[in-house]
Amino acid sequence: MIHTDKRSILTTTATQMSETITSADTLQAPETKVIKPYLRLSGLEPLVVRPETNFINIGERTNVTGSKKFARLIREGLYEEALSVARQQVENGAQVLDVNMDDALLDGEKAMTTFLNLLAAEPDISKIPVMIDSSKFSIIEAGLKCLQGKCIVNSISLKEGEAKFIEQAKICKAFGAAVVVMAFDEYGQADTEEKKVSFCHRSYKILTEKVGFDPQDIIFDPNIFAIATGIEEHNNYAVDFINATRRIKELMPLTSVSGGVSNISFSFRGNDVVREAMHSVFLFYAIKAGMNMGIVNAGMLQIYDEIEPELRELCNDAILNRREDATERLIAFAETVKSKGKVIEKDETWRHGSVEERLSHALVNGITDHIEADTEEARQKYPRPLDVIEGPLMDGMNIVGDLFGSGKMFLPQVVKSARVMKKSVAVLTPYIEEEKQRMVELNGGVVKSAGKILLATVKGDVHDIGKNIVGVVLGCNGYDIIDMGVMVPAEKILQTARQEQVDIIGLSGLITPSLDEMVNVAREMKRQHFEVPLIIGGATTSRTHTAVKIAPEYEHGVIHVLDASRSVTVTSSLLNKALKKTFLDDVKIEYQKLNENFRNKKPVKQYLPIAEARQHKAITNWSNYQPVVPKQLGVHVFKNYDLGEIAEFIDWQPFFISWELHGKFPQILTDEIVGKEASRLFEDAKAMLKRIVEEKWLTANGVIGLFPANRSADDTISVLSPKPGEGPVHLECLRQQIKKAPGQPNLSLADFIAPAEAGIQDYMGAFAVTTGGDIEKWLEKFKADHDDYSSIMLKALADRLVEAFAELMHKRVRLEFWGYAATEQLDNDALIREEYSGIRPAPGYPACPEHTEKYKLFDMLDATENTGIILTESLAMYPASSVSGWYFAHPEAKYFGLGKIEKDQVEDYAARKGWSIEEAEKWLRPVLEYDM
Amino acid sequence: MKSLSQCAAERILIIDGAMGTMIQRYKLEEADYRGERFKDYHMDVKGNNDLLNLTQPHIIEAIHKEYLEAGADIIETNTFSSTTIAMADYDMQSIAYELNVAAASIAKKAAKEYTEKNPDKPRFVAGAIGPLNKTLSLSPDVNNPGFRSVSFDEVVTAYYEQIKGLHEGGVDILLIETIFDTLNSKAAIFAIKKYFSDIDQPELPVMISGTITDASGRTLSGQTLEAFYISVMHVKPFSVGLNCALGGEQMRPYIAELSQIAACNVSCYPNAGLPNAFGEYDETPDHTAHIIEDFAREGYVNIVGGCCGTTPDHIRHIAEHVKTMPPRPVPLQVEELA
Repeated sequence: MIHTDKRSILTTTATQMSETITSADTLQAPETKVIKPYLRLSGLEPLVVRPETNFINIGERTNVTGSKKFARLIREGLYEEALSVARQQVENGAQVLDVNMDDALLDGEKAMTTFLNLLAAEPDISKIPVMIDSSKFSIIEAGLKCLQGKCIVNSISLKEGEAKFIEQAKICKAFGAAVVVMAFDEYGQADTEEKKVSFCHRSYKILTEKVGFDPQDIIFDPNIFAIATGIEEHNNYAVDFINATRRIKELMPLTSVSGGVSNISFSFRGNDVVREAMHSVFLFYAIKAGMNMGIVNAGMLQIYDEIEPELRELCNDAILNRREDATERLIAFAETVKSKGKVIEKDETWRHGSVEERLSHALVNGITDHIEADTEEARQKYPRPLDVIEGPLMDGMNIVGDLFGSGKMFLPQVVKSARVMKKSVAVLTPYIEEEKQRMVELNGGVVKSAGKILLATVKGDVHDIGKNIVGVVLGCNGYDIIDMGVMVPAEKILQTARQEQVDIIGLSGLITPSLDEMVNVAREMKRQHFEVPLIIGGATTSRTHTAVKIAPEYEHGVIHVLDASRSVTVTSSLLNKALKKTFLDDVKIEYQKLNENFRNKKPVKQYLPIAEARQHKAITNWSNYQPVVPKQLGVHVFKNYDLGEIAEFIDWQPFFISWELHGKFPQILTDEIVGKEASRLFEDAKAMLKRIVEEKWLTANGVIGLFPANRSADDTISVLSPKPGEGPVHLECLRQQIKKAPGQPNLSLADFIAPAEAGIQDYMGAFAVTTGGDIEKWLEKFKADHDDYSSIMLKALADRLVEAFAELMHKRVRLEFWGYAATEQLDNDALIREEYSGIRPAPGYPACPEHTEKYKLFDMLDATENTGIILTESLAMYPASSVSGWYFAHPEAKYFGLGKIEKDQVEDYAARKGWSIEEAEKWLRPVLEYDM
Repeated sequence: MKSLSQCAAERILIIDGAMGTMIQRYKLEEADYRGERFKDYHMDVKGNNDLLNLTQPHIIEAIHKEYLEAGADIIETNTFSSTTIAMADYDMQSIAYELNVAAASIAKKAAKEYTEKNPDKPRFVAGAIGPLNKTLSLSPDVNNPGFRSVSFDEVVTAYYEQIKGLHEGGVDILLIETIFDTLNSKAAIFAIKKYFSDIDQPELPVMISGTITDASGRTLSGQTLEAFYISVMHVKPFSVGLNCALGGEQMRPYIAELSQIAACNVSCYPNAGLPNAFGEYDETPDHTAHIIEDFAREGYVNIVGGCCGTTPDHIRHIAEHVKTMPPRPVPLQVEELA
């Protein structure tokens, strides 16, 4: 409304933003809302002009007629820099961006199109609405075709007659643009107050009555002319404008009034101090009269109260035309002012950070201005040019990835960040090349390109932005990218892949049917005997889907890549001969596991009521089942078990994984790249193992128990307590509830035990083993020696030993204590592959994820007393190198994952355990299908 | 018979659910898509669902009827991709117009049948205008952000033809949907204005439905919801709303916002939740209906229905749940600032 504090001219952006957030134009009445006829504009963000909204700054520097610099940049095609002029306007507080390409030497339509299209990719600029400024309507139309937001056309007028005016207004309306109407008629420009008002009113009537324009979409420009020119008739121009504005707003209250403010001070060109003061004084009055927007250089506005009092007084005299000698006095004063070029204030504080911080800032904010210098600085700081990419640049890109992932950044910004990245890499590339060259000269031989990667969005899908980002990021890392675009049929992908001899094929897709098409491509790759790895990415893709559906179709490597930043590590592993195999083996193991886990679930998450799930037990026919009676029922304790015997059952593969050396044992020992290190590690391990065994560093204790048992309810196993005088122990099991294919069981461990009503006496077992006894004293000794290596080595070996102990005991149970597989002949590898009959699931693991059953296990076996293993309150076992579990002997017993369960089973389970629902939910949280 | 506006003033209107999901159930093969007319066509057309308007019209009609039976007041024509630009994927630009006329006629026939059965519940046909596979605000080439794969004029021409086909086929409403680039939708609006101005007839009611793609709360082309609405206000839409990309739960804050700022009816037809790891939608009909019912209770919506993954069952549940709820009162547009 009334603009009393000049300071707020410069702070309107913040105010505006908070206003638009609460833009519900509601009255107090609860029922019907009221929508006010405000001028509403938009870029990527809305700009709603309300009566209380402060003066709206329209940035003017992106105007070839007003800015020599901008004109030169456009003429020379330096659009990148031209964009930074626009950015500077926004940073200086412009809320609308005026864009003008009226230059005789330019193809105005083309320049407008190019600039606005580029602008669309700059979210920090395109967030504000654009004002398309041209005296040529064809340029305006070209601009209208580029802007998604509601923009302003500047300008149309009655200059060429009413018919033309209507025609142009209709076009603007069809694009939904607001219009600036210049105060013209067929005979010329309005210079007096009277003419300004009457021309505007006539235009208004035509627009609202004949064209159907909304009044709020009309902005009048009643012509700001230069004052203090020395010509007497010009002296009242400011007063005429201010008075006309007041009357226009009274007559047509929904309209806005705008103008080119810098015109007023035209005669003081070159003297910015005086010009800025004149602008501020002029606006002080014009805004009071109702002018609510204007084309100003937001960086060239003096705060009214801060104008030097003498100058302020002189400006007042001139603007208000209140002294005959106002012009002379202002000119005289102007000559005393040493015009100093004012430094444009821009938030450049980030420039003070370290080079890493600056690179990161530039990447996150998509600023290319200093990227070359900063990159060069980083290059000199880091030993190798590639280090800059792998260090600060990738760090920056990771931040971008995270922000995008969490919805704090949106797509155009990410694309822009990628561009900054590319620019930076461009600086480094020659040095990287040079380094390569040097390596060649040093070592002889040839340098191959880092690798050739084909990228395509699969057939049926048009989404490719993510893929493009991946392309850029990979390109940045020195790979040759063949981007086949979108909707690429499998055949075409593979044909190109073969012709170009690519090293990797990358598929992307966003819509859901693309997932099937990716499977199809994988199948085709297999059929056509491809051997290059396949990378899968895109929003609907997932590691699970890749593991379950795509990877099984193609054996030469299928890898899901979560995001662009991760694509680099993946491709570099794949293209490194030494790493590739390990990497792929690793992925394969991981995906196989995912696949297995998934197969135990059902793809479509449909759940059966627990009662129905119980109808689908694994084993339904018990009539022909003859359980083997354990040869030695009851509890058997093994103290100080021979570590040498245990050591023979070690599965070494996980040992290497714990050292982050990934590969299959024993092949890993001869692996090209990690083989040497793996062998050395293995030698050390064997040496320590020898000492562990010979010097009895560790104590291995175990206990097993074999008991009569029957299923007493659907999911309950009653185990006959070994302790005299105590009743049966009830083991409570959980049952898979996911809806399965017809004929497939909903598994519960209880299924593997014969039901009481079958009239068969069945059996089950339990065990607890540890090799962690005495480990602490050794760990302390190593710690005292600062020998981390040995410390980790011992822990890793103890873990291997206890697993081996469990394997050994299980074998002995099968062969001798229970004896149900007395004829079994399996070597260690076969044991590792779990080829034996029967299972030994552990409470807390997939088949029986509820940990508290471990209490019963420990109780039955007196495990703590017999082995020294203690259960923590969260049911972890201490020492860490301990394993416990159940034995099931039924030949159809197999490992499975429970998957998720529904509330009905939780309630049932709680009742069985004598728990409250809350207690049950607490222990079952990881497997709950529903949110608590 | 009651007009669309009268119906909307009285109750929450139901728009139908997914067409593609329903077509999938028929497990059509290449030969089914081709039909007799395209049996020797030079490329594969399986997946061109809009082609079924010509080759399997009875299937499209049957799906429309399932939705009408489920209680849909508004059914959408099977024309999401029936433009020369989108049809170019199948080299079928030349039949784009024909597809629209056929689709509109099929839908109109089905709607008419149901209106005649129960004139108290008139059924309307919305001509579906999809977003195109080319976009006017984004460059497909990251190295050349100023590049555009299609021009505004080309898009207008394509939409103009679609609109003509839909109008001649007899649709009651034009529905610009799944808008992820506002400039594409502005071209559609431009085409609508031009078409009706050319034939000198009043414009059909226009429904606008945008798509918020993710947690940023913006369209794919980067606009906030309010900026998007402001950008399309000039078509004076019959309704503005959101569809696709999100499930009802994720859409909630945006529908709430829209209900505050929209000067017209508000529509909402979300996906059946978010897709699972297999790209399948598994939100059950009653779940979707509960979410929508909540929107209705809050007074957010005037038109509700479903998008990807929804079925007649979803629509039936939604219709049942909002049956007794009053529609959102459309705000009063005043002509004074004070």
